[in-house]
Amino acid sequence: MKRRLFMKGTLAGSAITAALGAGLLAPRAVLAAWPESAMTSKEIGDTGMASATVKIKAPEIAENGAVVPVTVDATGVDGIVESISIVAAANGVPLAATYNMKEGAIPFVSTRLKMGKTGDVYGVVKTASGTVNAKTQVKVTIGGCGG
Amino acid sequence: MAKSAVKLRAKAKKGMIDIKCLMSHPMETGLRKDKKTGEKIPAHFIQTVVAEKNGTPFMSADFNSTISKNPYLRIQVAGEKGDEIKVTWTDNKGESSSGAKAAK
Repeated sequence: MKRRLFMKGTLAGSAITAALGAGLLAPRAVLAAWPESAMTSKEIGDTGMASATVKIKAPEIAENGAVVPVTVDATGVDGIVESISIVAAANGVPLAATYNMKEGAIPFVSTRLKMGKTGDVYGVVKTASGTVNAKTQVKVTIGGCGG
Repeated sequence: MAKSAVKLRAKAKKGMIDIKCLMSHPMETGLRKDKKTGEKIPAHFIQTVVAEKNGTPFMSADFNSTISKNPYLRIQVAGEKGDEIKVTWTDNKGESSSGAKAAK
């Protein structure tokens, strides 16, 4: 099983590179604010220190990798939360979303993401004083046989 | 684009507004292939989502293509009943759509 996963991973990786080339042709000018380098990076990036103040909720076993509900609750974190990112470590491009919080926003987000295979999901919370995270493992079962 | 591409529900409770919204969007990663022609389906996904309360943005999100199709988003903001909530998305093709509702 391990080997199969590995093969899949390398294939997915090369496909992404091809897509990147194609993506350059799309009209990107209006979207200057979109952090393209972070969104196409294959690195997990800076997740900071693990902290119990961040709460992440995701299913232990996701039967459908195309829809994995994830909730990040950073209301317990000290200081003002600047942003919350959701990172699925096993994905070809780990960073799934970044939510930039402005005045009045409560640091709580919930969304659904796609996951290719079993892996950790991080909720990364950035505050003025540093970055903290919480992670949880989501098992993706495809075709009904346990991963 | 469909007329109401953002379905929105905003509920005020104890000084905060709980916002749930559904955006109707294919969220193509650009990695999938068309089964008939074998050609790649070009990437088409929401890149930015901006949420406003009474015209002032309180949250802007950057999405990647790894977000599920027809994205669901739940956020919260400090506010009272009657505040106008607006959610707008823009995708990588420059298309955008929005939905607005007063908090109940």
